[in-house]
Amino acid sequence: MKKLLNRHETYVFIAVVVFSIIITIINPNFFTLENLFDLLKSYSLMGTFAIGMLFVLISGGIDISFTAIATVAGYTIAVLLLNVGDHLNIYMVFLIAGSIGIALGFLNAVIIHVFRIPSIITTIATLNIFYGLLTVITKGKWLYGFPTWFGDFATTRVFTLYSAHGNPYGLSIITVIWIGLVFISWFLLRFTILGRSLYAMGGNVNSAKRAGFNIFGNTAFVYSYMGLMAGIGSVIQALLVQTVAPNSLVGKEMDVIAAVVLGGASLTGGTGSVIGTILGVTLIAIMGNGLTLMHVPALWYKVVIGLVILISVGVSAYRRKMSAHKRVIIEND
Amino acid sequence: MAESFLSLKQVSKHYVGVTALDKVDFEIYQGEIHCLVGENGSGKSTMIKIISGTEEADIGSWIEIEGKSVHSHKAIDAINRGIQVIYQDLSLFPNLTVAENIAIGQYVANHQKIINWKELHQIAKKAMARINVSLPLDALVSEVSIADQQLVAICRALTHDVKLIIMDEPTSSLTKREVDSLLNVAIDMKTKGIATMFVSHKLNEVLQIADRVSVVRDGRLVGVYPSTELNDEKLTVLMTGKKVEYSRYVARENKNKPILECIGLSRQGEYKDISFKLHAGEILGITGLLGSGRTELALSLFGIHQPDKGQIKFYGQEVVIKSIQDAMELGIAYVPEDRISEGLVNIQSVGDNIIITTIDSLVNRFRLLDKNKIRNSIQKWVKDLSIRIPSAESPVQTLSGGNQQRVVLAKWIATSPKVLILDGPTIGIDVAAKFAIHEIIRDLAQKGLAIIMISEEIPEVFNNCNRILVMHKGMVVREFDTDLTSQDEIGNYVNGTY
Repeated sequence: MKKLLNRHETYVFIAVVVFSIIITIINPNFFTLENLFDLLKSYSLMGTFAIGMLFVLISGGIDISFTAIATVAGYTIAVLLLNVGDHLNIYMVFLIAGSIGIALGFLNAVIIHVFRIPSIITTIATLNIFYGLLTVITKGKWLYGFPTWFGDFATTRVFTLYSAHGNPYGLSIITVIWIGLVFISWFLLRFTILGRSLYAMGGNVNSAKRAGFNIFGNTAFVYSYMGLMAGIGSVIQALLVQTVAPNSLVGKEMDVIAAVVLGGASLTGGTGSVIGTILGVTLIAIMGNGLTLMHVPALWYKVVIGLVILISVGVSAYRRKMSAHKRVIIEND
Repeated sequence: MAESFLSLKQVSKHYVGVTALDKVDFEIYQGEIHCLVGENGSGKSTMIKIISGTEEADIGSWIEIEGKSVHSHKAIDAINRGIQVIYQDLSLFPNLTVAENIAIGQYVANHQKIINWKELHQIAKKAMARINVSLPLDALVSEVSIADQQLVAICRALTHDVKLIIMDEPTSSLTKREVDSLLNVAIDMKTKGIATMFVSHKLNEVLQIADRVSVVRDGRLVGVYPSTELNDEKLTVLMTGKKVEYSRYVARENKNKPILECIGLSRQGEYKDISFKLHAGEILGITGLLGSGRTELALSLFGIHQPDKGQIKFYGQEVVIKSIQDAMELGIAYVPEDRISEGLVNIQSVGDNIIITTIDSLVNRFRLLDKNKIRNSIQKWVKDLSIRIPSAESPVQTLSGGNQQRVVLAKWIATSPKVLILDGPTIGIDVAAKFAIHEIIRDLAQKGLAIIMISEEIPEVFNNCNRILVMHKGMVVREFDTDLTSQDEIGNYVNGTY
């Protein structure tokens, strides 16, 4: 119990519960299975990006370029779908987008490791290069009108229920993909030497070197994993909106980073968990959805998100300060 | 006679233009506790590097392990041959648990991919059992004390099949009691046939348990001595090559009014009911264990934390010191214990560090910085405190500990303070440089500065101060006139065993 109270995740969870109750009191439509499944589906994209970002933050780095990587991957599969869509299937689409993501992520890692450029600078640069080249080549054209099988997959449900008005709803296949990624990531971070060495590296990179960890291997892994999530995310985005626009993702980097930090990851590296990241995304999701259901004008959304991040990170920093103070007193006794 | 574990024969190491080691012979027996001592730059770090395989010795050098000469001795070979080094910074992961820090190295060494948490706890427990310690396995390393962190590092070394543990400056950040328990661990390892090599320049503690002591100076082995034949004074002579007088400071006769007076100063959880007077030309010592409230009291006098109760008088006037600016305006200067993180801007030049406190006054009539004034000021302090540097442009981090401390002193003396508070003025500084710093401090007192010297080294306060306040658990338990007491008596009060 005491251990739970020491965890950042507990407080995010409490915030999620409190907000859910408030929103439900104001608009009972919030706390329905239909709304829940809908939320899970539409926030799968942010959730996927957030998982990748979590790995990068734990290792002590940051990646700004993932939205551009996702845009490149998304545009490539959109072009392929429009031209040779009948010869493709959903596995090939994920495979192609994922491979592009891994390749571009790996490129980030090589630049960061070989030239020792801080990850934030490297990825701001590659964001602009990837995104810039794409807009030059495509001239910003929107792509839509994908094959029917692609649209059908997007509406696939694992099981279907019907609302009082007869509308079908249920657990989307997209949500299932996201949950799968969550489990794989949780296992990697918790039960593999690779996962633990990411924490170690984020905690103290010099000690990690002396302990014999493969620093380049770890760097390559986290940025490639982020790239893979960006690639998968690009397919999810295409499935959700059935349109690929070059400018739909770039600019959303900070929302994802904020969600992961909200979930307890630190920008200085070494901390963060999958469960915390899910809670961070959930909190952002219900805030957005709840404001709509409470008929608050959408313009207020950014202000509220900003306040939530500030309060959450502030409370957590304050608790650290207090516990440090308590230690001093104990050592005095 | 015990069997030899490791011996260096005629080991030399030349870097470009510098001879770090010159034909050194060195030997450690199995299960021996051996001290390697020497000043900064004497070559002891190079010896650690060669033994641990991170540097290769020159051709013509000879290394034998367990009686067999070895041809290649790289880092991984050293580990496989049972040599583990615990560096001064401990190389731990602050964000991981104690158990993980102890055991993770073994997983990496065995090229395992998946962690079994139960097994990991077993490995950690086994390592702790070997030296009879018990640490909270699930606590984060950042949450345990420095002493416990050191035990974590030792336990981690013990998960390997270790025959020699080298500890680089292990006692520099520990309290007396923690040092004692560390020494017990070393004795315990000895009974299990594991040799320990302490590398240090703070010796009196380690001497109690060491079998032999090797002294190096200027890259040469001065000699190997049974520890029973040595004492602090002899060692100092061996290390520095010259006899240093450990004289006592005598203050000027003082009948004037006190500059600083504290009456019943208290701060919740830190210190309680502190009263003392401080006169010009006097060095007042404050000693006590880590956490006794000595540093917290100094921070209050410097305006960092306000006391809850009590009065501070400055030249007889009651004052409230709310901020560092307030303290500086009154003429109080504070040189912190941790000069690296609190006292200096490491990457900046010596010159910039010296003038940082007085930069407001080094301006011309347009209120712009005056290059000439700045240069003169820097030159004066470099000369007055005999700071040895290639140029005032050198970054502070390239200087030795003693010279860094001089830079910090210069920076504060430049503000012409009335009261100078020195917290651990010679921590991490070797013996010769230590005396030089003491000379500077005495000289400042002679010139009329009132000085508070906070130190946990009793000889340091005993020899330099006129009066000593001993703090224990936040209270002043005794005030001593140094003419009327002994170091042993002070030591008893420090440890609360009076």
